[in-house]
Amino acid sequence: MLNIKCPYCGERAQKEFAYGGDGTIKRPELDKSVTDKEWDAFVYERKSPRGKHVEFWHHIFGCRQWFRAQRDTVTHEIFKTVKLDEEI
Amino acid sequence: MSQPFRLDNEGLINRDKKISFTFNGSKYFGYEGDTLASALLANGIHLVGRSFKYHRPRGFFGAGVDEPNAKLQVTINGYSEPNVNATEIELVEGLSATSQNCWPSVKFDIGAINNFLSRFFPAGFYYKTFMWPKSFWYKIYEPFIRKAAGLGVASISKDNERYEHKYEYCDLLVAGSGPAGLASAYAAAKNGAKVILAEDKPRFGGTLLTDNVTIDNLSGKDWAEKIISELKEMPNVIVKNRSQVFGYYDHNMTVMFERIGDHLEKRNKYSPRQRLWYIRAKQVFLATGSIERPIVFGNNDTPGVFLSSAAKEYIKVYGVLIGKKPIIFTNNDSAYETALEFKKHGINPVVIDTREDQKSDLIEEAKIQDIEIKFSHAVIAAHGYKKIKSASIGKLNQDKTDFENIERLNCDCICVSGFWTPTVHLASQSGNKLKFDEKIDAFIPDKAKQNEKSLGASNGIFNLKETLKTSFEIGTETSKSITKNGKSILVPNVNEKKHSDHDKFWCSPLPKGKNYKRFVDFQNDVAVSDIEIALREGYRSIEHVKRYTTLGMATDQGRTSNLNGLQLVANIEKKIVPQVGHTTFRPPFTPITIGAIVGREVGKEYMPTRKTPMHEWHEKNNAVFTDAGAWKRPRYYKLGNETLSEASRREAKNVRDNVGVCDVTTLGKIDIKGPDSAEFLNRVYTNSWLKLPIGKSRYGVMLREDGIVMDDGTTTRIEDNHYHMTTTTAQAANVLSHLEYYLQVVWPELNVNVVSTTEQWAGAALAGPKSRDVLSKLFPDLNVSNQELPFMGYTEGNLFGVHARVFRISFSGELAYEINVNSDSGLFMWEKIIEVGKEFNLQPYGTEALSTLRIEMGHVAGPEIDGRTIPYDLALEGLVSKKKDFIGKRSLQKEAFSTQDRQKIVGLVPIDKKTSIPEGSHLVKDKDAKLPNPKLGHVSSSCWSVENNNPFSLAILKDGRNMIGKKLYAVSPLNKTAVEVEIISSHYVDKEGTRVRS
Repeated sequence: MLNIKCPYCGERAQKEFAYGGDGTIKRPELDKSVTDKEWDAFVYERKSPRGKHVEFWHHIFGCRQWFRAQRDTVTHEIFKTVKLDEEI
Repeated sequence: MSQPFRLDNEGLINRDKKISFTFNGSKYFGYEGDTLASALLANGIHLVGRSFKYHRPRGFFGAGVDEPNAKLQVTINGYSEPNVNATEIELVEGLSATSQNCWPSVKFDIGAINNFLSRFFPAGFYYKTFMWPKSFWYKIYEPFIRKAAGLGVASISKDNERYEHKYEYCDLLVAGSGPAGLASAYAAAKNGAKVILAEDKPRFGGTLLTDNVTIDNLSGKDWAEKIISELKEMPNVIVKNRSQVFGYYDHNMTVMFERIGDHLEKRNKYSPRQRLWYIRAKQVFLATGSIERPIVFGNNDTPGVFLSSAAKEYIKVYGVLIGKKPIIFTNNDSAYETALEFKKHGINPVVIDTREDQKSDLIEEAKIQDIEIKFSHAVIAAHGYKKIKSASIGKLNQDKTDFENIERLNCDCICVSGFWTPTVHLASQSGNKLKFDEKIDAFIPDKAKQNEKSLGASNGIFNLKETLKTSFEIGTETSKSITKNGKSILVPNVNEKKHSDHDKFWCSPLPKGKNYKRFVDFQNDVAVSDIEIALREGYRSIEHVKRYTTLGMATDQGRTSNLNGLQLVANIEKKIVPQVGHTTFRPPFTPITIGAIVGREVGKEYMPTRKTPMHEWHEKNNAVFTDAGAWKRPRYYKLGNETLSEASRREAKNVRDNVGVCDVTTLGKIDIKGPDSAEFLNRVYTNSWLKLPIGKSRYGVMLREDGIVMDDGTTTRIEDNHYHMTTTTAQAANVLSHLEYYLQVVWPELNVNVVSTTEQWAGAALAGPKSRDVLSKLFPDLNVSNQELPFMGYTEGNLFGVHARVFRISFSGELAYEINVNSDSGLFMWEKIIEVGKEFNLQPYGTEALSTLRIEMGHVAGPEIDGRTIPYDLALEGLVSKKKDFIGKRSLQKEAFSTQDRQKIVGLVPIDKKTSIPEGSHLVKDKDAKLPNPKLGHVSSSCWSVENNNPFSLAILKDGRNMIGKKLYAVSPLNKTAVEVEIISSHYVDKEGTRVRS
């Protein structure tokens, strides 16, 4: 079980969190015309990198804030967790 | 009754307390402090089981976790557990044990025929034999293998014991209380670190209990006792015996298995049987010691062959002799300590040492004690079937590949020592890539991946003085970095005997013409020849060899077999062991109970039960409940001997004819506030929300980004910037997370706050043509006319002194209202509704009637919103705005979502108007067509239409809109039914929607 530092609450057990997938995904702006290819990339296409991965986590049994974490997918080391308006 | 193998003045057992037990039906006794193994050995019992594959007789081999053979079926207090390690379980009054894997008895086992057929059971036997013909698998092979492969028998009775979980945080966790564990824990604790010290065995001290050493003029055992009693006094230290750290997980989380009540005759009523500790430690010290590895020789699995360290432990801890005519077979000095222990008790051992004449303190001592030593000798084979009677020994030639002369020695046990293997399981689990240490011919931990450090024997240090010195130092160093205190501890004076180097000899060669079975892995019956076959057949990777031969795969995880197996592969492949590599170490270190893993989360405690404020009333009124997630909802209210369908039809009919009330507290409720709330709803829902007036509700559908319908519900504008959203019961939590994601991650510029208010409001749905009459009696001050409170209207009122929200919304398709009051007043509201409704024939209705009502109306719910349907499929395309963008809109433009013959919701009635259509049935043209019969759609929801008095179903059907009026078959191979159905509109009742607006 991972130990995750919520940027708002501090270190908590993984049990309190929900994983939110790739943290670099940007939703196309509303009302903007996008090609099928661009839309598919947003909806479906995700990389599964070996090594560093920026991802969303949701402190679901805590402050209910979404935030970003940089985690190593091999060792599970979490290098950094940041609020959404902070750089990672 | 005397115990022929019990010594009078030795051991740590309590001779004042006798404990009686049975083994294979016979009665024996032992003492408090015995294990089942030591008590049996004291009684001279060696034969305890039959081996896995060949059913060869097997006896004890180790004295603890190293035991591969003695797995017994153990019954205590009527509860039976299989595969219990006899060397680990402590004796308790009334314990009853039986051998496994033998029939009819351990002494006469029919399966032993396998032993004589062993050349037909080589490595990979099952893989090779049971492949063809395919049809034999289910009927013949599988049942045979299942029977043959059985170890113990799992109990089928309910486990009434209590198990608990505990979470703990500390600066330092020390696994193992031998010299390394004690010294490091002590040094860290003295410097203020918060320490947990865990010992798997009942007694603290590890090898200090059995080794002949002194520390500061105290015996090892007394020094250990002194340190432990000091540690127990410290408030910053938790000391636990009978507690095994069995798993090492990410971010320095370890899991410990504590056996609290297993050894007690009378258990504390308030403490559990076992407890699982989840421990997150800043630093972990692994002081798990080492396990002696055997030397492989012929018939080395004969009962009476023991690890030399086990023989010593039986003498020193339990006062038990494993035999009276021992042969000590060794390649190193440590076995001499066992020889000296025997000698001390008047037994004359013969030491067979593979090395040439050696000089060391211990060997000198043995010589002084007149112990017979045969250097440059090896044991070739043990003889005897159910118990060892003699052994062939031989003088080794120069390169130790053959024997010069062979003789037979009578004996009743062989104590074998092939040097020591550090217990690196936890280090390996933590991610530490191990390295091979040539000096000790074994793997030791390399660079740590997590905050762990192996100390003492588990790190390949077999010398007490160095172990204590390094452990004190590392303990101090570590606590300094945590507590800033770094007072060093004076390392005590150690008196121990120096050992000379060990010999790399690990397997006795076979003399010409002999084909003794030489076992590498006892528990899985893997012999040298099996591994040779695997390699001959082309298996190279050690992981493949392991799976093909099952080497090291059983519950003992190859603790005594791994290294010899690797050595053998290395020899055949002409490699060295580190090139062969090792297989993966996996938790748990030893088997733990399922009960401990599950903890308290069984039965109704499996998850929390959510009850509405009206639950008590439902119970009193014969509600039969159903689970909706964690919620309990009344499914129907039983009158007299009614069946489910009778009751639900009555309830539904009464809604259509009169009025009913349903507990809808479980619906998800989300409070939405903020100046951008309308804009947010406009993006979340497919329809438009910018112009919803205050005091109005609107039905909305929300999609996922992939265009699939996620949930539906009504949202009401309470005030200018204040909305009340409802979700389905099942999706409440997901919808909240979904909204939070968009507000926090995607559109942080929107000034909106959302919060769940599901538990704050109790809800009652009032439905039926007479619901307005009931409502006006509930709210005499309120004008509830169709003009003042029209369909989709909202108002607030005073319900006999309680503030209430009144929504005119309908799921049943009837004139209906939903009343919400604060949860504490829920029961009050409910009872008022029942009381006031009496004169209008109001009846409560449950979820079954609720379903009937919505299915008849063609309203979609969970079975239709199944994660595969888009708005068009559910006939909700009218709610999809063409003017504005919203979550998932772009996906709807994709080709697959806009084809003309897409699936769509339809209604079904059976042609005979009688036969119910099972949910999940497939819709096909020809019920008798050859498989695979092309499937056109499926039946999602079925009910008995109370309006039309015949069965009715909803279905999702390919090209549904053009299928109305056609006939198909609804087939359910599972129920063996085929019902001819007519396709009709999904709106079976009040198609025009006049009732909800009346």
